[in-house]
Amino acid sequence: MSALNDSLVIAHRNLIRMSRIPEMIIFGLIQPIMFVVLFTYVFGGSMTVGGSTDPDVYKNFLMAGIFAQTVTFATAGAGAGIADDMHKGLVDRFRSLPMARGAVLTGRTLADLVQTAVTLFVLAIVALLVGWRPGFENPTNVGKVLAGFGLLLLLGYAFTWIGALIGLSVRTPEAATSGGLIWLFPVTFISNAFVDSSQMASWLQPIAEWNPFSATVQACRMLFGDPGVSQSDAFPMAHPVWASLLYSVVIVAIFRTLAVRKYRSATA
Amino acid sequence: MPGAIHAEGLVKTFGDVKALDGVDLDVPEGTVLGLLGPNGAGKTTTVRCLTTLLRPDSGTAVVAGIDVLKHPDAVRRNIGLSGQFAAVDEYLTGRENLQMVGRLYQLKAAAAKARAEELLEQFHLVDAADRPTKTYSGGMRRRLDLAAALVVSPPVMFMDEPTTGLDPRNRQQLWEVIKQLVSGGTTLLLTTQYLEEADHLAHDIAVVDQGRVIAQGTSDQLKARTGGERVEVVVHEREHIPTAAEVLRGFGKGDTTVEEHTRKLTVPVTGGAKLLAEVIRELDTRGIEIDDIGLRRPTLDDVFLSLTGHVAELTAEENGANGSGDPAAKEPRQQKEAAK
Repeated sequence: MSALNDSLVIAHRNLIRMSRIPEMIIFGLIQPIMFVVLFTYVFGGSMTVGGSTDPDVYKNFLMAGIFAQTVTFATAGAGAGIADDMHKGLVDRFRSLPMARGAVLTGRTLADLVQTAVTLFVLAIVALLVGWRPGFENPTNVGKVLAGFGLLLLLGYAFTWIGALIGLSVRTPEAATSGGLIWLFPVTFISNAFVDSSQMASWLQPIAEWNPFSATVQACRMLFGDPGVSQSDAFPMAHPVWASLLYSVVIVAIFRTLAVRKYRSATA
Repeated sequence: MPGAIHAEGLVKTFGDVKALDGVDLDVPEGTVLGLLGPNGAGKTTTVRCLTTLLRPDSGTAVVAGIDVLKHPDAVRRNIGLSGQFAAVDEYLTGRENLQMVGRLYQLKAAAAKARAEELLEQFHLVDAADRPTKTYSGGMRRRLDLAAALVVSPPVMFMDEPTTGLDPRNRQQLWEVIKQLVSGGTTLLLTTQYLEEADHLAHDIAVVDQGRVIAQGTSDQLKARTGGERVEVVVHEREHIPTAAEVLRGFGKGDTTVEEHTRKLTVPVTGGAKLLAEVIRELDTRGIEIDDIGLRRPTLDDVFLSLTGHVAELTAEENGANGSGDPAAKEPRQQKEAAK
């Protein structure tokens, strides 16, 4: 009980902080919006998805990928925030208080979840404005669309725990930011997010298909009724909703355990 | 009966550096112990062990009657910690900081809120209560930090260098706050590099050097260990040093020490001001021109010097300029420097 309460107190604290640094939220929004616009208009005309070169098809294919990439970028924010806390006297205060041990980290990841939800909401509106139409290829409904966003939030939440571990392992918030981002580029690009993975080199294709990130993208495409759903037999592609759930839960379980352990022994 | 803070044989090693080498302490309930020593002596490490932030490699500690190693959570409910670096969230207002700490001490929202108001009042922070603390001055931040440590009025308080880096006026203010607190019956362990501060605030002083308590007692007891008063003379001409030394030997109760480059001679004496006048007359008779002369009573600086063989203040200066950084990473590093 106290663990939940403490986490919420810390989440509240982080949300106040975020609201006092609005430029962080704004930059966090500009980047994915820029990606939506750039990919739609620059690559849109020259990409083949499921045999079609229609820019509208690529546009509808792309959005699930951008959404998923955006939620994973919360990793950097969580890492930087935690690294910042760890190197200020404030962490000594927290550690000397009779509070739940993991609450500092859980609170931070919950606050990041709220921020991710806001970002995703704005991004979905922008996507609709540039022509994303859920149900473009296959029928869908509000429940399925919301389920897709739920999977995206869960993926984002899972990745903030990776960020938390990075934040606890580096010396400065700057290092946590770059350390939180660099590896995300291969993870999000060697996937089905931006190109049809069936067109990748044969050695790259299985990596892309088993990439945890791809499972969520595939699940979203299915739930949103977007074009370009992979026909591969690989388990994460054939059962993407389950795979996405499973991957996210496993990531939380592993990285939360490691991060909380590291937090306890940190500065000791 | 053991005191409110009691430690025996605390040892903590960082890599190959022994930060604590068997620290024994006892602070009776309702008293103040000043832990005095230079940077890297082990003061912060001691506080971190006693406040559950660090686990000692060996030794035992009891705080507020609770075993620190066995029941760290219970200890945390009974202590307040005010650190070397003001531990407040700079983006939160003063009020929000205090409420957050109250909630984390497991107070209900309403109780945390009411307590925050009281503390803001008590620490003269009402006007700044709704400003983010990054707009606060250094002194205000320290006051808020101290207020945060007092949210649940813990019976035992730890303050790690509460006034390091503060200007004299703010230091004075903080001293007043600490004195008030102690008059209310709180047991306090305070670390400081300022001998004056320990002298001013603490009932008992423990001198720490290289991870050990090398002396403990009241300020007067420690001063007595250094011996009585001394006459100090600075002669104008270097060639007068031997003659002056001869004069001082005539009055002294011990060896005369001479610092050639500052032309300063020091000798232990008894007899006070009357004797000083005699020394001045004798020097004058011998035609020795003097720049400065005085009767010195031992300060804690002298105590420290006589106990450790090195001066405390050299490293203290360094720390004043270095107001931020990672306190945890710092201690072992400084320890290394001190060990050289």
